[in-house]
Amino acid sequence: MSIIFNHVNYIYDADTKHSSYALKDINLQINKGEFIGIIGHTGSGKSTLTQLMNALLKPTDGEVYFEGVDINSNGYNKKELRSRVGLVFQYPEHQLFEADVFSDVCYGPKNLGLSKKEAELRAFEALRLVGMDNEYYYQSPFDLSGGQKRRVAIAGVLAMKPEVLILDEPTAGLDPKGRDEILDQITRLKKETGITIILVSHSMEDVAKYVDRLIVMNQGQIMYDDTPREVFKHAESLQESGLALPRVTYIMHELKKLGVPVDTKAITVEEAAMEIASLLRK
Amino acid sequence: MGIIRTDKLAYEYIRRDEEGNPEGITRAIDGVSIDIVPGEFVAILGHNGSGKSTFAKHINSILHATEGTVWVDGKDVADPDNVWDVRQTAGMVFQNPDNQIIGQIVEEDVGFGPENMGVPTKEIWERVEESLKAVHMYKYKDKSPNKLSGGQKQRVSIAGVLAMHPKCIILDEPTAMLDPGGRKEVIRAVRALNQVENITVLLITHYMDEVIYADRVLVMDKGRIALQGTPKEVFSQVERLKELRLDVPQEILLARSLNEMGISIPENILGVKEMAQCIAQEYFG
Repeated sequence: MSIIFNHVNYIYDADTKHSSYALKDINLQINKGEFIGIIGHTGSGKSTLTQLMNALLKPTDGEVYFEGVDINSNGYNKKELRSRVGLVFQYPEHQLFEADVFSDVCYGPKNLGLSKKEAELRAFEALRLVGMDNEYYYQSPFDLSGGQKRRVAIAGVLAMKPEVLILDEPTAGLDPKGRDEILDQITRLKKETGITIILVSHSMEDVAKYVDRLIVMNQGQIMYDDTPREVFKHAESLQESGLALPRVTYIMHELKKLGVPVDTKAITVEEAAMEIASLLRK
Repeated sequence: MGIIRTDKLAYEYIRRDEEGNPEGITRAIDGVSIDIVPGEFVAILGHNGSGKSTFAKHINSILHATEGTVWVDGKDVADPDNVWDVRQTAGMVFQNPDNQIIGQIVEEDVGFGPENMGVPTKEIWERVEESLKAVHMYKYKDKSPNKLSGGQKQRVSIAGVLAMHPKCIILDEPTAMLDPGGRKEVIRAVRALNQVENITVLLITHYMDEVIYADRVLVMDKGRIALQGTPKEVFSQVERLKELRLDVPQEILLARSLNEMGISIPENILGVKEMAQCIAQEYFG
C-alpha cells in the first residue's frame, strides 16, 4: 500500500458563492510498483489529483495517506514527502535553469542536504536511467532538443530517489518519435527500478499501450478504474466525456452507423483489420 | 505571384558556448522555396527541430533570412518599411495561448490589434464582434480570458489576429497544448476561416489528423522541404513518413493491413467517414 485517498473533496473558492468542485468524493488506492495511467479532458481534475498526492494542495475534505500516515496531519514532513513522491510537472523543461545538464540534475539531491559526492552519484544514476549519454552532461540544457530537455528534467526528479514518480503530460508538445522515446524510456525505468509510476495524459492512444491500470477522470470524479482493455469497452461514454479514441475505433463506429454489422471493440489497426477482413470474406 | 513566396530561404545562427565564444554554425533553414496562392490551406508538418517554426517566423519578419528572400503580398519582408504592412497582412498565432492574451476581458483583447493600427473606435467594435463571431466566441466577450479553457483561449487569440483583417494567418502549433476537445474546436475554426472567409492559412503542426483537409502538405526535415503534395500523396508514403519521425493516419495503416490480408481497399483514403464509407461499399457490394 502506498497512497490512499479517503473521501477526498477539493473545492475551489470553498466559502464563496462561486465555489466549484475540482474533485468530488475520491476514493483511491495506489499500490507499490503499479504503473498507472490517469486520463481525462482538461479540467477533469487529473492535475489536482496529482498535486494532492504530494501535498502541494490540501484536500477540502477527506484524507490522503502515504505509507499509512495522513500527509496533511500536523507536523508531517512535507519536504521529505516530496522527495519520496516525485512530481514532474507539465513542460518540465521550463524549469531547467543551471548552466549545464549535470548541475541541473544535482540541484535536487543537493537541496535535500546530501554531500556533493552523493548528489553527483545520484545525478549520474538518474541521467543513465533516462538514457542521456555522457556527451551531453556538460552542455547547456537549453541547447538540447525538446525530448532531451524533458529527459533531463525527469532525471532531476529521479535524482531525489522517489518511491513514486508522477508525470503530468510528459509527452505534451513532443513530436510522435519524441513521444515514443519518452514513453519507452519510462517503461524501461519502471522495469529496472520497480518504482511506482503514475502517468497523466489526455491521449488514450499513448497511455493505453503502456500502463497496467487506467483511471479515467471526468468532472472531478473517477469514471473508470480498470485495465486499459476493459476501459476501452466504454467507447461511447468516453467520447462523451471529451476523450479521443484511436481513429480505427471511430472507423468501426462509423461502419456500424452505416449498417455494417461490425464489432466495434477494436482499438488497434491489427484488430480492426482482422474484424473487417472476416466480415468482407463472408 | 502568390501571397506568400520564398526564394531559396536560408537561416543560419552561431552556436556559442558558455563564455559566448562561437562553437559552430547551425543551418536551421536550408534553401526553402515555396509559393502559396491566395485562399490556399497549406500545412507544414515536421518533427521537433525540423525547422518548421523557424521558417514560419521569417514570414512576418520575426526572424531575418541569412540568404534568400521572402515576399508577403508582393512585399519584401527584409525591407524595414514593409514590416508593419507585412504583419498586418500575415497574422500569427502561437503555441501557448497564455503568452498572447493581454486583455482583462475577451473583447478588449481582441480589440487591441486594430486599436494599435489606429482604426476608428466604432469600427474597432464592429471588427471585434465579427471576429469573435467567426470563431464562435462572441458570447464570451465580457468574460475574463483566465476563466476560459485552452481551446477557447486559442480561439480568442485567433479572433485577435482576425480583427486586424489579415489576408493570411499563420498558426504555429496552435493545438500542441490542448486536449482533444480543444484541438477539434480550434481546427474547426481555422477551416471555417479558410473556406468561408477565404483567408489563406498556413498551419504548422505535428498532428497528422489536423492536416488531412489541407490543400497541400509540406513536410520539413533538416531545414528543407523533404516531401510535398496533397494530403493523399503525402500520407501514402508510409515508410518515408516514419523515417521523418511522423505518424501515419490509422486509416492508411488499416487499408494497408487489409490489402496484406488479400482485401483490396485503396491505400490513399483519408478521413474516418471516408474510410468507413469505402469499406461499407465493399461490404454491400
